[in-house]
This record gives sequence, structure tokens and C-alpha cells, in this order.
Amino acid sequence: MRRLRSLIVAGLLGLAGTNGALAAESVVPPHQEWAHGGVNSFLSMFKTFDYAAAQRGFQVYKEVCSACHSMDLVAYRNLTGIGFTEEQVKAIAAQYEIQDGPNDQGEMFTRPGLPADHFKKPFPNKQAAAAANGGKAPPDLSLMVKAREHFEDYVYAILTGYEEAPADHPIPDGTHYNKYFPGHAIAMPAPLFEDGVTYADGTKATIAQQAHDVVTFLAWAAEPHLVDRRSTGVKVILFLVVFAGIMYAAKRRVWADVH
Amino acid sequence: MAHAHTSTFKNPVVNWIDQRLPIFTMLDKEYGTFPTPRNFNYFWNFGALAMFVLATMIVSGVVLAMHYTANTGLAFNSVERIMRDVNWGWMIRYIHANGASMFFIVVYIHILRGFLYGSYKKPRELLWILGVVIFLLMMATAFMGYVLPWGQMSFWGATVITNLFSAVPVVGESIVTLLWGGFSVDNPTLNRFFALHYLLPFVIFAVVFLHVAALHITGSNNPLGIEPKGPQDTLPFHPYYTTKDLFGLSLFLIFFAAFVFFAPNYLGHPDNYIPADPLVTPPHIVPEWYFLPFYGILRSITFNIGLPFSEIVLIPAKLGGVIAMFASILIWVLMPWLDRSPVKSYRFRPLYKWWVLMLIIAFGMLLYAGGKPAEQPYVLVGQIGTFLYFLFFVGLPVISSIERPLPLPTSIAQSVLGGGRVAATAAANPMEKA
Repeated sequence: MRRLRSLIVAGLLGLAGTNGALAAESVVPPHQEWAHGGVNSFLSMFKTFDYAAAQRGFQVYKEVCSACHSMDLVAYRNLTGIGFTEEQVKAIAAQYEIQDGPNDQGEMFTRPGLPADHFKKPFPNKQAAAAANGGKAPPDLSLMVKAREHFEDYVYAILTGYEEAPADHPIPDGTHYNKYFPGHAIAMPAPLFEDGVTYADGTKATIAQQAHDVVTFLAWAAEPHLVDRRSTGVKVILFLVVFAGIMYAAKRRVWADVH
Repeated sequence: MAHAHTSTFKNPVVNWIDQRLPIFTMLDKEYGTFPTPRNFNYFWNFGALAMFVLATMIVSGVVLAMHYTANTGLAFNSVERIMRDVNWGWMIRYIHANGASMFFIVVYIHILRGFLYGSYKKPRELLWILGVVIFLLMMATAFMGYVLPWGQMSFWGATVITNLFSAVPVVGESIVTLLWGGFSVDNPTLNRFFALHYLLPFVIFAVVFLHVAALHITGSNNPLGIEPKGPQDTLPFHPYYTTKDLFGLSLFLIFFAAFVFFAPNYLGHPDNYIPADPLVTPPHIVPEWYFLPFYGILRSITFNIGLPFSEIVLIPAKLGGVIAMFASILIWVLMPWLDRSPVKSYRFRPLYKWWVLMLIIAFGMLLYAGGKPAEQPYVLVGQIGTFLYFLFFVGLPVISSIERPLPLPTSIAQSVLGGGRVAATAAANPMEKA
């Protein structure tokens, strides 16, 4: 259905293949169901994020991903967008020691995080991140879902796509075999484990569940105004349909006497 | 006593102004009573739509410029700040980004209208040429605008496209250095592209003014391609075409809004959400979709052109591609002289009808091939597309000379209102009247 839809849209515009083909070795990730329908989905205008999943996903990011991956573009205050209260946000931010300064003595100091702070980075700079991760800094995750072909489905596929390397496809030392990564040799080791996190709401933390939750969180982080955008769009289009109807009637009326 | 313009407006304030500066008289003449052929179809909406999109782009662009920072270290994050923290910033940016695509969709249809109905022919040659100038300016503006978010495709697209100029003999490298403001795409490049991206839309606006001014001298072409012979063939622009344009505009806005609000990244490339990194080349560098037909032509010249039976290369493949790409647009300028037929509209041209269909198919093939990796069978599709594209222009003098056009109606009014074959068709299809 989704494929059909995108084919139709592409056909209408004559744009099939605009985005170019993926590298020959990459595998198209299977389609997953997302409560919000996907950040780039045309026909999901009434869908919203699964906020419980997004909050669980934040927990996965916080406890697992954030060991290596920054999310520079997201501030703690933004977390109210997935249903945390202001009090909860203050408490979350306060768990982090943030470097600030210089103070009036010219010295840097640390203080507990505030809601206005952006997510604390795991490494002080790109070089440190690269040095700690085999020479290449782990990518920032703020926009990850929008920055890859196939969006949510791709990130989910990567998180769940680790396998034993097949004998006919040896991969370099220090890399890991992932079915969905272009070229299959990914530097990131499998990040998620069965019960690797303990969910407060009692949801069973399978790998698939954690992947689904963290991708929902990342989709929100990449497109925080998604729900606003869609609800505004529905109103705009309703208005325009009525407006077009009135304009059509006006035009008919004006033209009635010349035919 | 100095002369005052004679005005007869009822409103005394309007009259007072108009006597001293007759803008109301001008508006009335050019947009009120302006005699317009009575038989336009909806193809004739697209000029007004293009004007609307240009205004939208300038307004949204000025607002974006208030928040954008043209610096390689800050540009990407300043765009994301617009998307996340600026009130309605996401909407303004998505309107601007998708507006570029809408502009090209509208203008491509507008140009197609010109090809179908012979709008380039005497006496509208200069009007047509000004249109080509607008299109070239649009391409330059859109290209530089795409560089500003400083994502991976911005950076690498800029690198690939600016490098094309290095194919120019002798001065090529100097041109590239001048474009870059240095020896690679870097901060000076971003700064000058921003300055030019802000400037060029106003240049476009000025050329659009000339385009419309020229249009108002010759009057519009129409689907029959025969000139109005008197008042029975025309209608005043207002209210007939103001209402028709507004209806068309509202349909277009539904289409536009669907992209902005429901799939704002559909026409973009995911790689542009990765900050520019000069050390990492994306696997496939593709320009925005609206450049793909011309990119397809560029990449189709995969061979050197030399003296036959010798090793002497006259035009290396890269230069050949660049020449072909620029020629593919500049050749439009020659259309009024390549087409020798006295008949404008394709409806009365049994050969041209098919010939122009070939151009449309070639354009589609190039659009398709331009977005694919440079490997077979896409290269071949692009080469056939390029061949057919140029065949259209090169063969046109012959096609238009041997063609036996169908008899033309005696007048627009006769065709639309009275007797004959055309009227019978209209009666059989009442929707056509609408």
C-alpha cells in the first residue's frame, strides 16, 4: 500500500527515482507500522505520536544510545513535547552536570542541568568522540530519522538487523555484520539487548520493542512539530477546499453571460 | 498651470492621486479592461500562478533571512533553529523549500504551454526570450538557495555544479576560483551564494515586469493561436480572468499545501539533513528534481568529440556535457526562428503535434535518467533522451516546412460562439464551457 502510494505520487510528478538508487549492496528495510504513520507519509494527516512509546524511547536513548551518540539539536525543555511535565523535565535535566562559564572570576564551572540546556554530549568534541570510537565519531541522532532513505524503517532495521556474518561475506575487524547497513560492515556493535532497559510501565523490553520505542522517540526529535504541522494542514486544506468552491461559483456566475 | 492627468474616478482621493500619478488608470488599463482572448483554457492560469509563487518565495525568504546565518559553522544549526524554535519557522521554511519545487512545476507547465500553442511566435519573440532569461535566473537562484542549509547535498551539489565551469577552456579554473572565493567550496562560497540568492529574486522580479510589459503590448496568445480581430474576440481581464485565475490559484494552493503540511520532505533528499562534511562524499550526488533533465543531458555526453580517424580531441566529454546542458536551454531562444510554420497552435498542426510530444517524452526520459546512478541502462536512457531532445529543435525547421496545417477558424468568436465544428464539440461537452 505504502509502495503503491509513493508510486502514484512519484508517477504524478514524473519523479520516479528522484532520490537515486541506494548503493547496490544495501537491502530495502521492511516496512514497520508506526502510530504516527512515519515522518514523510502523505496520508497520515490524523495520526499522532505514540507518546508512551516516545517516552520509553527517550529512556532507551538515555540509558543506551547516549553513551556514544549526541543529540545536539534537542533541549531538555523540548521533552514536554512527548508528554513529560515541566517538573519531570526539570528533574531529568538536573540529573546532568553541565559545564558553564566563564564566571566573573573567569573560570569554568559545572552546575546541574536546566530545561534550557541542550542534551549533554557524551564527548566534549568530535575528535574525542572519534578517538573513543575507532577513528570515526558516532553520528548525532537529532535528525537521524529524516537523514536516511526509508526514514523510521531504516533506523529500526539497523537496530534489529545484526546477524552472524555469512562465510561468503567477510567483514573487516572492528566492524559488525548488519543486514541493512549499506555494505553490511557497521562500526557500531549491536546496541540493544533483551531486557537491556527496565521500563517503568511494565512493557517487556524485547529488542524489537526497544527499537520501536527509540525510533518513535527519534522520529519525534527529528520532526518535533509533526503533529502541529498535520493539524494545521488539515485546517488549511479544509479552508482551501471551501475557498476553491466559492471561487468556482463566482467564476461560473461571472462567465454565465458570455457563453 | 502644469498638466494633470485626466481622471474620472468617483473616489476623490483616488482621483487626486491619479491626476498626479496615474497608477489607477494604469491598473485599470492593464488589469481591469485589458482585452484578453475569450477562449483561454486552464493552461493560461500558470503565468499568474508563477507570479504568485515568486511573491511567496520572496516573502517567506525574507523572513527566513532574518533567522538564517550564512556561516559554514552556523548555517545548518540556524536552519534547524528555524525549524524547531522560531514561531511557525517550520512552516515558513517548508513553504520556501517546497515553494521552489512548486515554482518549477508551474513554470515547466507555463513553458510547455508556450511550446504547445506557439506562444513564442511573432509578435511575441521578445516576450518568449525574456521568459528564457527568467528561467535561467530561476535556476541560478534555486541552485544557490539549495546550498544555504549547508547539508551534505548542499555542499556536494555546489562542488559538482561549480566544478562544471572548470571545463571552460583557458579561463575555466579562474571562473571556478571566482565562484568559490577560494580554492574549495567554503565559507566565502556560502557568503556570496547567500548574497546572490537574496539579490537574484529581485532581478527576476524586474525581468518578470518586462515579461508582463511585453505581454501587454502584444496581448496574450490563446489556444487557437489566431489573433483577436476585434472586441467580439476578447473579454476584459477583470472580472473574467481574475475569477478564473483565483479559482485556479485555489486548486494550486491545495496541491502546494498538501506537500508543505503532509510530505514536506518528499521532494528533498535525506542527505541534506546531514551537516556538510568535506571529507565524506555521499554515494550518489543528485541535484534537486527540477534540475534532473538538464543534469541528465550533462551526464549523457560520456564521449570525447574529436577529429575523425585521429587522436585529436576537440571537445573533451566534460566540456561537451557542459555545452550540451547550456545549449539545451539557450536553444529555446531560437524557437521563433526554428519553427517556420505560420500556424501557432498545435491543434492545427498534424506533424508538430507529434513532434512536440517527442520533446515531452525526451524531457521525461532525461528527468528519469538524471536521478539514477551513472550506470547502464540509465546512461543509455539519458543518451536517447538527449538525442530526441535536440532532434526536436534541429528537425523543427524541416518538420514545420513540410507540414500542411489544418484550416484555421476565421475568428475566436466564430470558433467559440457560432457554427462550425468547434462549436458542435463544445455543445456536446457542456463542461468545456465552464
